Amino acid sequence: MKFKNDLVNNSKTDRMLLLLNKFILILLVLIVTVPLLYVLFGSFLHPNILLTKGISFNPDDWTLDGYRRIFQDGSIMRGFLNSIIYAGGFTIVSVLFSILAGYALSVENLAGKKLFMIFFIVTMFFNGGMIPTYLLIKELGMINTPWAIILPGAVSVWNIILSRTYFKGLPNELKEAARIDGASDFKIFLKIILPLSKPIIFVLALYAFIGQWNSYFNAMIYLEDQSLYPLQLVLRDILIQNEVQPGMIADQLARAEIQRIAEMIKYSSIVISSLPLLIMYPFFQKYFEKGVMVGSLK
Amino acid sequence: MDKMSRKITQTTKRMGSRKNYTKNNFILYLFLAPAVVLVLIFNYIPMYGVTIAFKDFSPIKGIMGSEWVGFTHFISFLQSPNFQQIFMNTIKLSGFELLIGFPIPIILAIMVNQLRRAKVKKNIQLIIYAPYFLSTVVIAGMLFIYLSPAGPVNGILTLFMDEPISFMTDPSYFRSIFIASGIWQAAGFSSIIYVAALSNVDPQLHDAATIDGASLLQRIIHIDLQALKPTIAVLFILAIGGIMGVGFEKAYLLQTDMNLPASEIIDTYVYKRGLQAGDWSFGAAVGLFNSVISLVLLITANTVVKKLNGETLY
Repeated sequence: MKFKNDLVNNSKTDRMLLLLNKFILILLVLIVTVPLLYVLFGSFLHPNILLTKGISFNPDDWTLDGYRRIFQDGSIMRGFLNSIIYAGGFTIVSVLFSILAGYALSVENLAGKKLFMIFFIVTMFFNGGMIPTYLLIKELGMINTPWAIILPGAVSVWNIILSRTYFKGLPNELKEAARIDGASDFKIFLKIILPLSKPIIFVLALYAFIGQWNSYFNAMIYLEDQSLYPLQLVLRDILIQNEVQPGMIADQLARAEIQRIAEMIKYSSIVISSLPLLIMYPFFQKYFEKGVMVGSLK
Repeated sequence: MDKMSRKITQTTKRMGSRKNYTKNNFILYLFLAPAVVLVLIFNYIPMYGVTIAFKDFSPIKGIMGSEWVGFTHFISFLQSPNFQQIFMNTIKLSGFELLIGFPIPIILAIMVNQLRRAKVKKNIQLIIYAPYFLSTVVIAGMLFIYLSPAGPVNGILTLFMDEPISFMTDPSYFRSIFIASGIWQAAGFSSIIYVAALSNVDPQLHDAATIDGASLLQRIIHIDLQALKPTIAVLFILAIGGIMGVGFEKAYLLQTDMNLPASEIIDTYVYKRGLQAGDWSFGAAVGLFNSVISLVLLITANTVVKKLNGETLY
């Protein structure tokens, strides 16, 4: 392989270009990692150390105070739990309903299949928009309930099409053989199709979960009680609105000190909220790539 | 397979499926039911609800009871003093984002594709995907931290300048911040699809071209880019269709009272007028105006791309 490469990239300009390419990619890796590491270090260092001294290895400059205050207050932890419920519920509804519909639409001789497809695809092009959707949710009495987060948008046409494409790609002989043996469609789906569908289920679930976990908008417009807030909404108060949760700074402190602690809490809360996904995604990298591939099949 | 055996298979197929025909179909419609019901409620009812854009909606009278006012709300939006600014902000923000942000993942994929060692390639991909997994709130929060007058970016800049720049309150920086952070977050992840398409290119093509004396750049242009063309076309149509729906979630978070002249876009305006101020019909009208433009853009892009190289979305 090495020998072949030397033979192939023989021109001098080409070799220069490849070198430049590597250099730029290293630069990009730095551009991506430095801001992330800055936050990580910032969360463990006393306020302003990063700005005045840079990364310090003096143990006196290190502290877990930011994390302590976050755990003391509890609003981030509650947000975490709420987010798990919302993202989990959303994922279950989304994947289950999309897969069922996708399977039905992948069966060849289903009467009215075309009509159903049109029914779904129309929603890709038209939607009522924010205001009519809000009025509907209100009319349904779902304001300030988890249902407003879990149900709207759970059935995505995109997911139905993706799973339909996947099911169509499965060997037909399997279904035929089972059908000749007298198995019903329900049995075929449960015993033959589902076990073969782990990759698509996993891909859809990953995307649904992450999408819901990271969003704040529906929660912002539909939820009123702070106790129902998902993690992202709690984070928004801390990071954007600059509202320090009362439990985080209970002690009587000077304004400047409060401001500095608030900065540190920002770093710690970014770390706490982002770390789970950042640690987990490398294990799922294969599936993300697969998801993109399935999507590109149309 | 000869004619005879094909016929036999077909007959058995038909027999097999006829046996449970009604029962099977019943189950399949049951499979469809939950998705149909949810789409009917959460997608189709709001489509009907959009009629309030042509009414004077009051929550007491309901959608049916409210009076028709025709295009009044549309006209008052078009004639309002903010219209031009908000409309242009939307177009500019998404237009520049598309113009700058769209080619970058393609270039990135071609660059990553040049790496020979599989392990290095994989690790670099892993790192540049990372920001995609951060939430919009975290990205916005990081921007406020980094770009604040006392933040690290100004810490470096004030080494060369007297005054710190107030990035987040100066409208002239808004678009650059929005677009650059968007690229930082998504370019790596968006390159996946192109990397995947490039991995399907037969290496022999490259070898043959090299032997014929093609340079690296020539091979990239004539082999790699050609292989990417269909993917680029489909993603481009989708991107055009999404122009008017430019990241509400991030724009809203990055808004400060001071940068509104650049950061107020149609979606944030709909939210403020419609939901926060309770101007339901007006908000719905502005939203509908936005959707119609999106639809027209999507159809236009699809037609143009179809004429150019036969690749379409639907």
